[in-house]
Amino acid sequence: MDSLLNPDRPPVFCPGCSHERSLKALDQAFRHMRLARDKIVMVSDIGCSGLFDTFFNTHAFHGLHGRALTYATGIKLSRPDLKVVVTMGDGGLGIGGAHLLAACRRNLDLTLLVLNNFNFGMTGGQYSCTTPADASTPSAFLSQIEKPMDICTVAAAAGAPFVARASAHRQGLVDLVERAITFEGFSIVDIWGICTGRYLKNNPLNPAGIDAVLHSLPPCSGLVTANERPEYGKQHRQKRGLPATGESWTPVKSAFSPSIDAQRQVVLLGSAGQKIISAGFILATAALSAGLQVTQKNEYNITVMRGPSVTELIISPDLIDYTGIEQPAALVCLSQEGVGKRLDLFRKTSTHCRVIKAADVRIPPSHGAILEIDFKALGIKPNERALAAIALLAKANDPITLAMLETALKNSLKAAQFQDTMGLIARGLALK
Amino acid sequence: MQLVLTDGNEAIAMGAAYAGCRFFAAYPITPASTLFSSMLRLLPPKDGIVIQGEDEIASIGFCLGASMTGLKAMTATSGPGLSLYSENISFAIAGEIPIVIVNVMRQGPSTGSATRGADGDVQFMRWGNSGGLPVIVLAPVDVRDCFALTVHAFNLAERFRCPVFIASNKEIAMTRETLNMASLEKSAVIERTGHAGGPFHPFGVDAGNDVPAFLPIGGSTLVRQTSSTHGKDGYITTDPDFIQAGVARLKRKIDAHADPIHRFDQTIEKEARWLIVTYGVTARAVREAVRMLRETYQTPVSTLVIKSLWPVPEAAIAAAAENVDHVLVVEMNLGQYVHEIRRVLCGRKVDFFGKMSGQLITPKQISQQVIDG
Repeated sequence: MDSLLNPDRPPVFCPGCSHERSLKALDQAFRHMRLARDKIVMVSDIGCSGLFDTFFNTHAFHGLHGRALTYATGIKLSRPDLKVVVTMGDGGLGIGGAHLLAACRRNLDLTLLVLNNFNFGMTGGQYSCTTPADASTPSAFLSQIEKPMDICTVAAAAGAPFVARASAHRQGLVDLVERAITFEGFSIVDIWGICTGRYLKNNPLNPAGIDAVLHSLPPCSGLVTANERPEYGKQHRQKRGLPATGESWTPVKSAFSPSIDAQRQVVLLGSAGQKIISAGFILATAALSAGLQVTQKNEYNITVMRGPSVTELIISPDLIDYTGIEQPAALVCLSQEGVGKRLDLFRKTSTHCRVIKAADVRIPPSHGAILEIDFKALGIKPNERALAAIALLAKANDPITLAMLETALKNSLKAAQFQDTMGLIARGLALK
Repeated sequence: MQLVLTDGNEAIAMGAAYAGCRFFAAYPITPASTLFSSMLRLLPPKDGIVIQGEDEIASIGFCLGASMTGLKAMTATSGPGLSLYSENISFAIAGEIPIVIVNVMRQGPSTGSATRGADGDVQFMRWGNSGGLPVIVLAPVDVRDCFALTVHAFNLAERFRCPVFIASNKEIAMTRETLNMASLEKSAVIERTGHAGGPFHPFGVDAGNDVPAFLPIGGSTLVRQTSSTHGKDGYITTDPDFIQAGVARLKRKIDAHADPIHRFDQTIEKEARWLIVTYGVTARAVREAVRMLRETYQTPVSTLVIKSLWPVPEAAIAAAAENVDHVLVVEMNLGQYVHEIRRVLCGRKVDFFGKMSGQLITPKQISQQVIDG
C-alpha cells in the first residue's frame, strides 16, 4: 500500500529531529493496517508535533495548544468509524493535563502519540513537564526545582487501558503504534526523542542514552490489564438510544376561568425542607389551568438542605413584563430565615396585601392585613405549611380557586399522595 | 392554547432540538446547568450526543470537533466559563466552524454571584477573541424568544459558519413562566451549504460568496481544519495579500450580511420625545416603565428592544432615534452597549442608566430617569 504521507509537503523537521522517525513509523503502521486515508483523522495542536497533520494526506484537524484530545473526542464520538490519531508534544501534554486525565478515564477509542522531547522546541527550548531535573534549559533554575512527570505512570493511574513508552529510535515503534491504533479504547504511546534544534544544544542525548533511561524504568509496553473495560463510545451509543426520562413539557389542560382580573404577586418565605418551591410550582400550575400568565422565581442557598427558601410568583390575566415583586398581594411567612431574607418586601405591602404568618415567626412592620396561624397546634408539620397556606389563598378564590388547586395536585401527585395532600388541604381550609 | 410552565434554559434546549442540534457538550455552571439537564433529556432519545467536559475548554473543543463532522453543536456556560472558551471562540472564527454558544450571564466580575443576573458580558462576547473579528450575539427577552432566537442562532451559525452567542441572563434562564407551545415561532431550519462538486478547497469561496462551502471531516473528500492562518487549502500561508483578504472576508461575511441577522422590537410613539433603547430581561422592566409613564404621567415614550446585539443594527437605531430629543440606554451593567448607541448616534446626547447589583432594574427606576430627565 502507498504511503499516506503528502508528497507535496515533505517533512521540514530540523536535521536529526526524532519527530521524522515517528512520522515515518506512523505512516508505516497505517500502511501495514491498510487503512484508507479518508478513514483517518490526524488531530494535532501547537508545537513541532503540530506539524504532523500537514505531512499526511488524510483528514486533518489542527487546533490550540494542548487541546487536541478535546477536538478528537468530538470527532470520534460523532464518527466512531474513523481512526482518530492525536499527536501532542510534552508541552501540549502539560498545558492540556486535564484533557489527558479525562481521556484516560473516559476510554474513548483514540490513539495519542506523545512526541516527548523534554522541552518546548518551538518557542526556544524552555522546560516542559517532562524535562529532567538535571537538564540545562533556557529556563535557568526553574526546570531544576520541579519534578518531571512520568507520562505513562500518570496515564495508567488515570485509567488508560493501553499505555506504552518507547524510543523514536527503536525498531519496534511501528508495531507498537499499530497495536495502539488497533486497540479498542484509549491508547497512549509516550515516544521519547531528541530535539536537535534546542534541547541537544546543552544536553548530550543520543539514542543509546534514551535506551539506557528507558531500560531503567519499569516496562510499559501496552495493555494495562487492571484498566481494561468497555470502550466509552460504544457504551454511549448503547445508552443514548433509550427513551426520554424525566418530566416532559406536557401542556396543562385549560379547565377553568380565571378567578382574578388583575395581576397578583405572591411570595412564600420559608426554609429548605419546607417544600416552598414545590408548593409554588403547584400554585403556578393551578393558575395555568385557568389560562393565566405566571412567573416563578426561586431563591435558595447553594447548600440546598439548609438556609432560606423563597419563591416569588406573579399571576396575571395579562402578559407579565417585569418579573420582580413591587406590590405583593400575599406574603406567606413560614420561617424566620425566609422572612429575614426578604425584609424589603414588607415595606412594599399595601393594605390590600394578605400577610399570612406562622405563629412562631416574627415579621417586621407592614401595611398588610396579618393573619396568624398556629400550624403546630393544628398538627400541620413544617413541610406542610406551604400547601396549607396555599389552600387558604384558594379558599378566598384569589389568585386561584380550590378546584384549580385540586386539579393541579391531582395531575402532579400519585393517588395515595394526592389523598394525603387533600387531607392536608382540608386542614388548611379549617384554618380561620 | 397549550400552556406549559418553563424557563429560559429549557426553552433554549427545546429550540436547539428543533433546530437540529445533535451534539451538546458543557461543564456544569450556575445558572447554565439546567440547560445541560434539558439537553440530556432531549438529545439522547434522538441519538444525539450529550457529553460533560472535564472543563469548559474541553466542552467547546468537543463541539468544534463534532461540528466539523457535520453535526450541529451547542455549548452553554456563564461568565467564568466564557473566559475559558475564549481561545476556542477565536478558533471557531478562524476555522469557520459553526457553533452556538449559550452564555447565561451572571453577576461579575470574576466568579461574582452565581445566582444573580447581569448583562455584563455584552462587549466580552463581541471582543473576547484574539484578532477582534465579528461574531453574532442574540439576546432573548423571555422564554418565547429563547426558543425562537436559538433556532435563529443555529440557522445563522450554519449559514455563516461562525460562532453565534445567545446572550441569556440568569433572570430569564431560571425564572419559570407561562409559555404557549402553540405560539412558538418555528422558523424553517437552515443547513450548511455543502460543496457542490469540482475541486474542493476547505476555505475556498466562489466569486460573490463570502462563506466557504462545507464538507465534513470523515467524508470521501479529505478535509483540513486549522486554527492557524491558512490559505484556501487549509495549509499555513504567509502571503500578506491572502492573509489580508482572508480576514477581510471573515469580517465582511457577517457585517455585509447583517440584515438577515437583525432582530429587534420597537414601539414608536409619534408624540414621544424620549426613546429608550434596551435588550434582554431589562426590556421587560422598560415596557412596564413606559406603560407607567403613559398612564400616570401622560408621557409617551418610544422603545427599541435590540435582540441582535452584534452586529449592531445601526440603521434601526438611527431610525428609531430620529424624531426624539432624548435617548436613554438602559442595561444591567455599568454601561457597555451604550457605547454602540453613542457611536451610531454620533454627536448626539445619549443618556445611560444601568445597575449591576444582582437585582433587576425596576420599572420605577427607569421611569424616574425620564421624569427627572
